[in-house]
Amino acid sequence: MGRRVGLEVSLACAEAVGLCNADVVAAYPITPQTHIVEHLSEMVADGHLDAEFVPVESEHSAMSCCVGSSAAGARTFTSTSSQGLALMHEILFIAASLRLPIVMATANRSLSGPISIWNDHSDIMAERDIGWIQTFAENGQEVVDLTMHAFKVAEDKRVCLPVAVNLDGFILTHVIEPIEMPDQEEVDAYLPPFEPSQSLDPANPISMGIVGMPEIYTEAKKANMVALEESYAVIKEHWDGLAKQFGRSYKPIESYRTDDAEVLFVTMGSLGETVMTAVDQMRDDGIKVGQVRIRLWRPFPVDDFMQAIAGAKTLIVIDRALCPGIPAGPVATELRGMMYAKGAKQYVANFVCGLGGRDVTRSQFVEMVQEAQKAAANGEEMTCRMVGVKE
Amino acid sequence: MISAAEALKDFQKITPKTIPLVEPFSKGHRACQGCGEVLALRMVAKAVGMDMIAVSATGCMEIISSSYQTAWETPWIHVAFENAAAVASGVEAGRKALIRKGRIKDVGAKIVAFAGDGATADIGLQALSGALERGHDFTYICLDNEAYMNTGIQRSSSTPYGAMTTTSPPGPLSKGQMTWKKNMPMIAAAHNVPYVATASPAWHVDLMNKVKKAVTIPGPAYIHIYSPCPTGWRCGPETSIEAARLAVQTKVFPLFEVIDGQFILSRDIKKPKPVEEYLKGQKRFSHLKPEDIAYIQKRVDGDYERLLKLVQVTTPEA
Repeated sequence: MGRRVGLEVSLACAEAVGLCNADVVAAYPITPQTHIVEHLSEMVADGHLDAEFVPVESEHSAMSCCVGSSAAGARTFTSTSSQGLALMHEILFIAASLRLPIVMATANRSLSGPISIWNDHSDIMAERDIGWIQTFAENGQEVVDLTMHAFKVAEDKRVCLPVAVNLDGFILTHVIEPIEMPDQEEVDAYLPPFEPSQSLDPANPISMGIVGMPEIYTEAKKANMVALEESYAVIKEHWDGLAKQFGRSYKPIESYRTDDAEVLFVTMGSLGETVMTAVDQMRDDGIKVGQVRIRLWRPFPVDDFMQAIAGAKTLIVIDRALCPGIPAGPVATELRGMMYAKGAKQYVANFVCGLGGRDVTRSQFVEMVQEAQKAAANGEEMTCRMVGVKE
Repeated sequence: MISAAEALKDFQKITPKTIPLVEPFSKGHRACQGCGEVLALRMVAKAVGMDMIAVSATGCMEIISSSYQTAWETPWIHVAFENAAAVASGVEAGRKALIRKGRIKDVGAKIVAFAGDGATADIGLQALSGALERGHDFTYICLDNEAYMNTGIQRSSSTPYGAMTTTSPPGPLSKGQMTWKKNMPMIAAAHNVPYVATASPAWHVDLMNKVKKAVTIPGPAYIHIYSPCPTGWRCGPETSIEAARLAVQTKVFPLFEVIDGQFILSRDIKKPKPVEEYLKGQKRFSHLKPEDIAYIQKRVDGDYERLLKLVQVTTPEA
């Protein structure tokens, strides 16, 4: 059995990567990701983790180095944030198209400008279409579990895709939480060594990254998309396996007090736990409110989501990023599109909050419910409001 | 890590009679007629052998070797334009970890990154500098054709002074390329890597020996290969090797090695030909006036003098 410890979430993330026996870690420092890679370099220096730590000169090179290392058949990890993720942008698509099972912890942080080191989701929301599997953690335990799950899914021969595990910068990365850290034997039982189906091996030469002429480009992209869509079943299967091994279960969409709920919050990441307390408070006051949390962001679990919101009349979609020029945040834009295609009738209120580390309090969530219900009752147009803007 | 000189103690030179027969880079590519770059690439591949793991930057050689079918008989990966050195460092780190952990056999694979001058001197300079500084065991080959040829002959920082390209056109206010060629071999040497060399396909045995040394020496190695591009230089495809030879004979592109920091001339050009002879064969220089040619001659002489001094200072016995 594992042991319950008080650990900073970044360190727990690094420890999880260590338990997964990563062969190569290539990373460039950026706040608030630093504690993760500092601890990994320490583990390598102390001999606790037998891996190559490559202290690259940029995030662009971090992801490029990961591509090379994963193509060589090594279990490969990196971590970044914000500008670093943006600098990787070009290579992220290529990692997915080469079907390389790289795992990345993304310590979510706002994008410049103005420069801000604090938390929101604008970094990862700019990377929605990179073709990676993307999950969101709400607390430290989930970071550990989703990291192990990420390697398991990424390296599954039915998948062979990179996975990004998102954890909120500072709010998670720099917080000490009680975490159940599994034993090495348990992790080994869950995650066997990486056996690549192909790699850069002189005994069996292959060419990777060839030109996509017009006659094959579309088919290559289609194959990539199908692989991502089909990863859904494997992702669920390995969450089931995780539940069996470690006793903690995960679902693509998590529901909280949704039975008979008329209003549902839709959240991603650590803000979900604040929303939970707001839901509890409102339930005590007799308001029929609940919450769905998107854990699996890519491939998006459309049917799970539709099922989770089926009984509700109004959704309150929380966005932690903006889509300038579009009258909604990225999450609401996508959900409205998917719901329209499914003929859903819910009123979708959208609130953008918690940008650049701005706190969102429980009372603000209560106000959102009042506002959304009023707007829905009055048949107002579904727009998007930025919460708490000083004007 | 052992020094380059130590690693080369029992070095078996390639001679005209022992040129490797293997062709890790096979026929079936789509390079232009007379391409000096693909010729140099073939020579490099022969010298490395079938244990090569090649990493290509985006560019002519990547495009011509991997559309519809691959010309690479050994493992090959292409990722993007500016990151060949970073990808190569990942391949090296990955294999190193797996060999140490007993998961793969150490077959003595040679990791070789290939990139053009734009991918080396411009957009990929940072990734190259990082990989050289970190000391990965790999060889970086810059195939320098002195402009962005793949996109249609745009100037790079490796384009020589006075050359006409599509983004350095001569005109009433321009002599063509207005800046002096960036000295990549010196930049590489400044990283204190064990081996740096310049090479030319006009001296193919010398080129192959330099490549063989580079992959023999542990740690990072950099070879800058002069790679004539008849399409971009506006010269006949049959004149590629002649241009490469003249570049050396006129001191425009001197051949040398830097082994453990010691500069060694591969050929001392005691009776140099005038640069004009080199310039006149290529239409990219046809607009230059006598005073421009005189200016180029002066700077070429100066650069060569500096190189000789470096040789004297670092390798006094030479």
